[in-house]
Amino acid sequence: MAGTVKRRLGAGHAKSQRGTEESLLVKWLLIGVALLFCLVFLLLPLLNVFAQAFSKGWSTYVGALTHPDSWAAIKLTLLVAAITVPLNVLFGLAAAWCIAKFEFRGKALLITLIDLPFSVSPVVAGLMFVVLFGAQGFFGPWLDEHGIKIIFAVPGIVLATIFVTFPFVARELIPVMQAAGNDQEQAALTLGANGWQTFCHVTLPSVKWGLIYGVILCNARAMGEYGAVSVVSGHIIGRTSTMPLQVEQLYQNANTAGAFAVASLLAMLALVTLAVKTILEWKQNREFALAQQATLAEGGDAPFLARQESK
Amino acid sequence: MSIELKNISKKFGEVAAVNNVSFSVNEGELMALLGPSGGGKTTVLRMIAGLEVPTGGDIFIRGQRVNDVSVQKRNIGFVFQSYALFKSMNVFKNIAFGLKIKKWKRADAKERVMELLKLFGLDGLEKRFPHQLSGGQRQRVAIARALAPKPTVLLLDEPFGAVDAKIRHELREWLVTLHQDLNVTTIFVTHDQEEAMEVSNRIVIFSKGNLEQIGTPREVYEQPENEFVARFVGVMNVLDTEVQGGVARIGGMQFAAPGQPDGARLRIGFRPYAVQISTNLNLFPYRAVLRHTFFLGIMLRLELELSSGLVLRSRVTKEEYAALGLEDGREVSIQIRNFRILARDTAGLPPEQEVIHQAPPTIAEHI
Repeated sequence: MAGTVKRRLGAGHAKSQRGTEESLLVKWLLIGVALLFCLVFLLLPLLNVFAQAFSKGWSTYVGALTHPDSWAAIKLTLLVAAITVPLNVLFGLAAAWCIAKFEFRGKALLITLIDLPFSVSPVVAGLMFVVLFGAQGFFGPWLDEHGIKIIFAVPGIVLATIFVTFPFVARELIPVMQAAGNDQEQAALTLGANGWQTFCHVTLPSVKWGLIYGVILCNARAMGEYGAVSVVSGHIIGRTSTMPLQVEQLYQNANTAGAFAVASLLAMLALVTLAVKTILEWKQNREFALAQQATLAEGGDAPFLARQESK
Repeated sequence: MSIELKNISKKFGEVAAVNNVSFSVNEGELMALLGPSGGGKTTVLRMIAGLEVPTGGDIFIRGQRVNDVSVQKRNIGFVFQSYALFKSMNVFKNIAFGLKIKKWKRADAKERVMELLKLFGLDGLEKRFPHQLSGGQRQRVAIARALAPKPTVLLLDEPFGAVDAKIRHELREWLVTLHQDLNVTTIFVTHDQEEAMEVSNRIVIFSKGNLEQIGTPREVYEQPENEFVARFVGVMNVLDTEVQGGVARIGGMQFAAPGQPDGARLRIGFRPYAVQISTNLNLFPYRAVLRHTFFLGIMLRLELELSSGLVLRSRVTKEEYAALGLEDGREVSIQIRNFRILARDTAGLPPEQEVIHQAPPTIAEHI
């Protein structure tokens, strides 16, 4: 969710920059349109969330959040994210590794499969799990016999969330790993490093930024997912309701302040994600700029060779 | 004997990259693996390192068979064509990496890295990251990193390929000096004959996965064992002749070919330096006109055209050129001091007409 917000902001910004080549009128018109768009569709609704959340005062806000049902939803959301994100990091690393470093049959198919959750509607994704694990589902009777509950329980929510957030880490890592190639790993091998040392000291650091970015996006989506989770959770308040579901519930029950209080927490998450991402990008750019300056100031190889000659 | 290869072969699927190659490298030697791209030289280097597994044959490092020894345990230093520096580590950590893996004491490792930084003229750059270095600096970091754990052998894959031409010459000299100082057995891969001739003690020449010749730069230049070597290493005048009465003839030129039957076709080759020139038109048997003079520093390359239209390459020093009073358009007499028969029965070979344009152009003209 946060990803979408950020990208739209970015697009508006780029448009106003390009306007410098146009006449002044066109330029200001475009800037105005972009700003107005951002204001009406992004900033106002966001501000409204916080305004509504605090409309009945601070104590109501805190009360709404600490209400056992809301508190349970917050805890469940954190739990789901805590399971989903590490699993998707593991999967993403493995998938990106094999796609970037090896040639094999069916590689294109694997890449397409990784993208599948992006193209499937979350509701459909949820339904797929119901069909598989529900009471009338494929594995339903067997699961029932063994007393395992997946649908309308936490495991179902985790499964649905993993499915929906599947591509984020892998998608971020694949291009970074492909760009890095195999050379550094091979160099580590020739220096005596084993596979694990190579992974920890060479591979992981070289994909650090891509991985962090992927984790942020994955986490934001895991916490904010509504559609797929809604289908498999059964909306059992206090037990299988995550934050987005809880917002919906509270709103349906005409508890506007409560709904907006929980919603403001989710919105805060989006803002934090945006901020962290911006800081990371800024840090990366600064590193690059510093590197450029240093190289320019250095003057290349001439000094070294001169020194060698004078020896 | 530092390294020995016995009947090494490598197939990638159906494609044979290396065929039955055997050679050995002496302790402390600086050896070049030379050949056109696709010749199998990099594959050989990677097999010595353990990055590729040979399909057949044995590799020995200091007498120990290493076929089943992993890359990590072979104690080799490998410098990749791309340098493959660890992008997320600074220069110090790059060089110290092998020491850290081999569990050197921190103080010892630091001392070793500092020593290398100094030796490689990298002092003061230890906090830099690879992307903050120039091409030459990166290369030196890569070599320092490979040398840090004191490997048995240093392997370099196209070490000067990624450096611009201006610096390349100086880095070559630097590598020779470095090798003299450290005296570590070194094998490097190159497709540049000039580089191989200038830098190495001995050269192994590959073509299409086969070992064509092994010898000192002088040996492969002066006594090429076959046509491929003759033409790959250095400039050569190549003439396709036909034997009549024990003499191979073409375009008015004659080469002694005793014992060859009439009608036999011989491909004859001779180096530019074998063409002797005199302005005394009666001194040497053939008359030719100096068509072009190319200035190559202290050496000059001459294009000589015989009356039959045959064009030969010769080479003289600046002093000789001046002493002879040569200039373009001048008529001279020439003789061929020595020549080699490159191939017999050339009927099946592609015709050799334009000698000038067929000889490879880059060999050190001043050898």
